[in-house]
Amino acid sequence: MSLAKISVPRSPNGEMQTLPTRYPWRRLGRKITPYLFLSPFLIGYIAFMVYPLIYSFNLSLYRKQIIGGVTFVGLANYVNVFQDTNFWEGIRNVLIFGAMQIPVMLGLALTFALILDSKVIHRATIFRLGYFLPFAVPSVVAALMWGYFYGQSFGPITQVAQALGLEPPVFLTFKGIIPSMANISTWQFAGYNMLIIYAALKAIPPELYEAARVDGANDWQIAWGIKIPIVWPAIVLTMIFSVIGTLQLFNEPNVLRVVAPTVVNEHFTPNLYLYFLAFRNARFEYSAAMAFSLALVSAMLASLVLLVTRRER
Amino acid sequence: MTAQLRNSSYYKLRRGLNTASAHIFMLVFLSYFLIPLIWLLISSTKTNAGLFSTFGFWFGKEFNFFQNLQDLFAYDNGDFALWMRNTAVYAVVAALGSSLIATMAGYAFAQYRFPGRNLLFGIVLASVFVPLTVFAVPLFLMMSKSGLSNSLLAVILPALVNPFGVYLMRVYAEGAISPELIDAARVDGAGEFRIFAAIAFRLLAPGFVTVLLFAFVGAWNNYFLPLLLLSKSDLYLLTVGLAYWNSLTFQPGVAQVLYILVVAGSVVAIVPVMIVFLFLQRYWQEGLNLGSVTG
Repeated sequence: MSLAKISVPRSPNGEMQTLPTRYPWRRLGRKITPYLFLSPFLIGYIAFMVYPLIYSFNLSLYRKQIIGGVTFVGLANYVNVFQDTNFWEGIRNVLIFGAMQIPVMLGLALTFALILDSKVIHRATIFRLGYFLPFAVPSVVAALMWGYFYGQSFGPITQVAQALGLEPPVFLTFKGIIPSMANISTWQFAGYNMLIIYAALKAIPPELYEAARVDGANDWQIAWGIKIPIVWPAIVLTMIFSVIGTLQLFNEPNVLRVVAPTVVNEHFTPNLYLYFLAFRNARFEYSAAMAFSLALVSAMLASLVLLVTRRER
Repeated sequence: MTAQLRNSSYYKLRRGLNTASAHIFMLVFLSYFLIPLIWLLISSTKTNAGLFSTFGFWFGKEFNFFQNLQDLFAYDNGDFALWMRNTAVYAVVAALGSSLIATMAGYAFAQYRFPGRNLLFGIVLASVFVPLTVFAVPLFLMMSKSGLSNSLLAVILPALVNPFGVYLMRVYAEGAISPELIDAARVDGAGEFRIFAAIAFRLLAPGFVTVLLFAFVGAWNNYFLPLLLLSKSDLYLLTVGLAYWNSLTFQPGVAQVLYILVVAGSVVAIVPVMIVFLFLQRYWQEGLNLGSVTG
C-alpha cells in the first residue's frame, strides 16, 4: 500500500494548445482558468486551514503570565506537554481504546463485507442498509442512547438481567468504561467501514477468482488468497483513519462524563484535557502546543500502521 | 471431477450449512445495530415516569409520543426549535457550499494541466490526515476576535473547506468526463465556464450528490467544533443542545423531566439524516464505489 498511489491518479490529457483558436484571447484565459476554478477552495483552505495552523504554532511558542504578560518561551510549552502526566494518561487511555476497538470493528467490517460479497446472503440490501444506519446517528446521540442503555436506573440491559434473576452488569466503572465506549464506536462505524471495504471488493474483476473457483477453491480460500490481498490498501486506509479518529476521542467521553463523572475525569482523553485547558482555563498557548503534540503522535502512529502493514512485493 | 464434487450431497450439505450460519451471523449483528435504535423509538412514546417504570423493549400504558414532541418544542421558550433551525441552516449551507467548491476544485485538478498541480493536490490530500484538534484553538480565537462567534458563520465558514471532497470529485471527474467531449465543446466556441456549468456539472452530478450527502451528515452530526465555536445557547446546534440538556438531567433534583425530552429530541435529531440516507442510497453507494482504493 502506498498513499502516493492514491494521490496521483492518471489524468486524462487536458491539453488545449493543439486546438484551433478562433478566439486568441481564450488562450490566455485557459492558462488561468484552472486557478479560477480552484480559487474558492484555495482561499478557504488558506483562511481556515493554513493560517490557523501557522497562527496556532506561533501561539504555542508563547506563555501568558500573571506578571510580565505574554513572553516568548520557545519550545518550553512542548517540554511541559511532554512532562505532563495527565496528557500521557489520556494517550494511554485512547491507545487502550484503540487496541480494543479498531481490530474488533475492522475485523467485523471485513467479515461483513466478505459475506455480502460472496453473494450467499438473501436480501443483502437490508443488511447493508441496517448495518450502515448507525453511521447516520450523531455520535452525541449514540453516546446518549448507549449511556441510557448502560444505565442502572432505566437501562434495558439492567432490566433484562433483573428479569432473568441475574446480577446486572455494570458498565460505567473504571474497568468497564473503555470497553463501553469502544462498543459505541464499533456500533457507529463498523457499517461505514464495511461499505468502504465492500466497495473495494466489488471493484475486483470476477475473472481474477473464477479460475480459482473452477480449480476447486472454496469461498474462504478465495477470500484469504485473492480478495483480502487485493483490498488490503482499502483496509489499511480504514485503519489509518480509525487511528487518527481514536486519538481525537471526545464526543463519547464528554457525554458519558455526565453519567460517570468520577470515572471519566477531565483528562480522560487528550482532546478532553485540551478542551478543559483551553476553554475552561483559557490556557490557549499550552493547549495549542498540546494539539500539535497530539498531531505528532497521530502522525507517528499512522506511519507505524503503514510500516507494519506493508506487504512484501 | 470438480463438477462431480460440486454435485455430491456432501458438498451440498456443507454449502447449505455455510449459508445458514452466514445468515444467522448476519442476523445477530443486524439486531445489534438496530436494537438500540428500536429501543430509542419505543422509549420516545413513553412518559417520563413510564421510562423508569416500564420494560424498555415494549410500549408503556400511554402513547405519549405527540405530547413529548409538544413538550420538546415548548421547553425553555422553544430552544429546541431554534437548535433545529440552526442545525438545518448550518448543514444545508455548509454542505451545498463545500460540495460546490470541492466540485470546481476537483474538476480543475482532473481536466487541466497547470504549474503546481501535483504539489497543490498533494498538500490538499495531506491535510485529510491532520487531526481536527489542531484547528480548535486557533479557530476559536480567530472567530472570537473577529466577532463571528456570535453567528452561525463561525461554524459554516470552516466547514466550506472539504479536502476529502476535492479528492473524491477529482477521481470522479477523471472517470466521468472524457477530454474529447470538452475539446469538442471548445471547438464549438464554448467558454471554459460555460463548459463547466452546462456540460461538466451535469456529468458530475452523481459525485456531487455523494459529496453533498456526506458533508450534510458530517455537519448535522458535528459536535466538537460547534461546541467550542458557538457560545450562546440560542446558537446551539441539536447535538450541542441535547448534550447540554443531558448534562442537566444528572444534576440531582434539577430537571428529571428532561430525560424524556432528550430521548424525544434524539429521535427528532436522527430522523432527517436517516430519511436523506435512505432516499439517496443509490448515490452514496455509487459514491463509495468511486472512492474505493485497490492496489
